[in-house]
Amino acid sequence: MKFEAVIGLEVHAELSTASKIFCACATKYGAEANTQTCPVCLGLPGTLPVLNEKAVEYCIRAGLALNCRIADFSKLDRKNYFYPDLPKAYQISQYDLPLCRDGFLTLASGKRIGITRIHIEEDAGKLMHSPEGEGFSLVDYNRAGVPLIEIVTAPDLATPEEAVEFLEKLRRILIYLGISDCKMEEGSLRCDANISLKPAGAETLGTKTELKNINSFKALGRALAYEIERQAELLAEGKTVKQETRKWEEAKQRTLSLRSKEDTQDYRYFPDPDLVPVELDQAYVAAIAASLPELPEAKKRRLIEEYKLPEYDADLLTGSRHLADFFEAVLKDYCNPKAASNFIMGELFRLMGEEGLAPEALALNPAHLADILRRIDQGELSVSQGKKVFEKAFRTGASPAEIIAAEGLRQISDEASLRTVVTQVLAAHPQSVNDYLNGKTKVAQFLTGQVMRETKGQANPQLIKELLEEELAKLRP
Amino acid sequence: MELCDLTLHEIKDLFAQKEVLPSLVMASVVKRIEEVEEKLGAYLALDLEAAMAAARAADERIKAGRALGPLDGIPVAIKDNLCQAGRESTCASRILQGFVPPYTATAVQKLLEQGALVPGRTNMDEFAMGSSTENSAFKPAKNPWDPERVPGGSSGGSAAAVAAGEAIAALGSDTGGSIRQPAAFCGVTGLKPTYGLVSRYGLVAFASSFDQIGPLAKDAEDCALMLAAIAGYDPLDSTSVRNGQVDYPKELEREVAGRTIGLPREYFGEGLDPEVRRLIMAAVAHLEELGVRVVELSLKLTEYALPVYYLISSAEASSNLARYDGIRYGRAAAGREDLAAYYTRTRAEGFGPEVKRRIMLGTYALSAGYYEAYYQKAQQVRTLICREFEEAFRVVDAIVTPTSPTLPFRLGERLADPLAMYLSDVCTVPVNIAGLPAVSVPCGFAQGLPVGMQIIGRPFAEATILNLAHQYQKVTVHHRARPYGRRRGEQNEV
Ligand SMILES: [Zn+2]
Repeated sequence: MKFEAVIGLEVHAELSTASKIFCACATKYGAEANTQTCPVCLGLPGTLPVLNEKAVEYCIRAGLALNCRIADFSKLDRKNYFYPDLPKAYQISQYDLPLCRDGFLTLASGKRIGITRIHIEEDAGKLMHSPEGEGFSLVDYNRAGVPLIEIVTAPDLATPEEAVEFLEKLRRILIYLGISDCKMEEGSLRCDANISLKPAGAETLGTKTELKNINSFKALGRALAYEIERQAELLAEGKTVKQETRKWEEAKQRTLSLRSKEDTQDYRYFPDPDLVPVELDQAYVAAIAASLPELPEAKKRRLIEEYKLPEYDADLLTGSRHLADFFEAVLKDYCNPKAASNFIMGELFRLMGEEGLAPEALALNPAHLADILRRIDQGELSVSQGKKVFEKAFRTGASPAEIIAAEGLRQISDEASLRTVVTQVLAAHPQSVNDYLNGKTKVAQFLTGQVMRETKGQANPQLIKELLEEELAKLRP
Repeated sequence: MELCDLTLHEIKDLFAQKEVLPSLVMASVVKRIEEVEEKLGAYLALDLEAAMAAARAADERIKAGRALGPLDGIPVAIKDNLCQAGRESTCASRILQGFVPPYTATAVQKLLEQGALVPGRTNMDEFAMGSSTENSAFKPAKNPWDPERVPGGSSGGSAAAVAAGEAIAALGSDTGGSIRQPAAFCGVTGLKPTYGLVSRYGLVAFASSFDQIGPLAKDAEDCALMLAAIAGYDPLDSTSVRNGQVDYPKELEREVAGRTIGLPREYFGEGLDPEVRRLIMAAVAHLEELGVRVVELSLKLTEYALPVYYLISSAEASSNLARYDGIRYGRAAAGREDLAAYYTRTRAEGFGPEVKRRIMLGTYALSAGYYEAYYQKAQQVRTLICREFEEAFRVVDAIVTPTSPTLPFRLGERLADPLAMYLSDVCTVPVNIAGLPAVSVPCGFAQGLPVGMQIIGRPFAEATILNLAHQYQKVTVHHRARPYGRRRGEQNEV
């Protein structure tokens, strides 16, 4: 029997607000344990939460970017459960009246993936367990109270590939919005997946499992693929899928049962009486809407139309808002978009890769790249010289003019002196000349290389080619 | 007449005239504490040396005519559920033994900034759950008028301390009557402000949507002075309200003639001690003599107030008290085993029976399958009760009822019967359900025991009810009776 997968995602993104959601503590990642805490986020008796308005604004930004309806009346609820990383023994979250609902995100195929809801909530602390047998755990509450948004999709995803594409697109949008740095490795982007199978074409949904501990895009794809196979096998054998939560084991590349549905906790949600409802007026929401940056999809379309870039280029360049901004900044002083795009995708990506540099950390002056590209176009620098100058500029921040002067890099385009070198080279390699004249035109490359060597690489390659052809023609019998 | 038996405003005036200094008042309070505290158990912790040192500093300010405020140099006791930096704050619970908060409740902070002296932290029912202060994990407090009887609760320690002259005034908290009922039982004046008027920051939560901090003092004027010190918006409490500053002491002197008060039938029915009824009606007659118009009215939803209160307050409490897990602070069970067993033992050992009862009740009311029938239904009825009060306040300026339907009962009398204990709150809980302000005013003695009259106001109409209370106290002497000191005999003149 053929099965279709029905997949929904629950994505948690840590918001990059300067302070926590209910207190003034900093949210910086990687600080010494328990140094970013206060009586409020430690849940000490008598303390009270005060909602950080920025968290609401950031959530609304996400909602607007994902085409959601923004609630005019929303509230915060308590989700009650005991765990040492949860200082109040309840998490302040949103239950039935989230800030955003009913949105969508469009995949490359044009398929719309529904966004059921987006709400704000607080993160918990982090437990560090002692080595086996030592019997203690330590808690770091730096993360307790860091604001999160939870984005819940409709079960509209049909394949692991769609799920991965969705998550990548979503991540790109959240980063563009400037509301989260979305680093899966630091846990600032987390994803759980719900998946069930049904016979192809069937209306009713099968029993779903929830997958946790997915720590990368790759893991999301693999965990879903594994689970599809596992469930398909069960169903093919006439067995049933158990409704349960399963954990992705990266090392063993498999999912493992964590807890069954019967163990599901009753969180006893109820409105948090310490907080007042969030009432949003339309002007406030409109002001946020007006402040949204151009989003990746729109930017990509615009790059294709405005600069006639291939889709491939536009997609890569809009992978990061910083990169796209850099590209457009280069074009302020340089008018060949495709040449700029090629150079960025080639040289810049290579150097960034070598340095492990994220686009946000790119400090290169775009005017410098424009300057180099112009000099190449004008024949002042060869392409390889241009690359050399670029690498220097990338590493040192020096201007191309300074680098060219310091390195004595100039292209020799003086025809008379170059012709002398060419004739010298031909005289020194009679065998090659002979071969050329006998139809082995490939030796021209060798001869060009010799000219380059003689000129320390500063000769204009186009000119060498022309002069070689002229001088060789003169030697024809 | 001992200094400790004077009112706050009398002492303030003596300070102004430089006839008395704070250290003398403090010394008088200390002496009284030495005489009666062992018998009364009003305090859980005393801090007399620090208070005496603070008094001497206040002396200098008073002498220099540079008082920090009307409360400068006044000994004010603090209920043990109000956090005070550097002072063990236990809520009379074993589970918070050893907990020393690094912060001070906003209301307490405001008193300290005015120069108030804190002789100690007062006894209470554990986590403010109770009506007799017998639920204190450490010791029961006793009624200064008759130590065989309870002082009421949960702010029983604060009420007893003020009545006995172990403090000039005190802070309490009121979730379902916890300021007013003990004020009535101990013959002092106690005010529960409108929900949101006084910041709850630093008040260890029992039921967040009901809890309010308020003063217990010797008369309405003292309450007005205390309220003026502690009221006001606090950015640390989202539910605190921005309300224009009101000069509460000044408003006391308004004429009350022409005001209308309502007597809700439902508060004068079955279960009301006839002696209490007689004294309330006598007080109402006094108000009428002052030109106050009296009408009868009906608050039909009153019978639902107790269940609504116990469902919602217990639900909130079950969540508020979940944080006491022995992981970060307070008392933890000995031994390490698995997490669930550790939690269970810590909480089983740390909480008393009444607290456990409320946690179980509240957890049940919020549970899947019961939420709609209990918690949600109670919230709906709560809205209706609020509306019923709103309707009533279209007709009247204040509502007058007994504070407690009975006289102070004997220790142990109601401990075995939680329902009988809950009935102590029948007249006070509706006020918390609707978030209204109310004051309990001494209105006489029956069998030598004090009786309190409750005056309920519109939201943020503290000035109105304190005005009524003050004008009533100007023509009566019940509030001037003291269990100790020379004024004691006056109770018989009533
Ligand atoms: Zn904090």
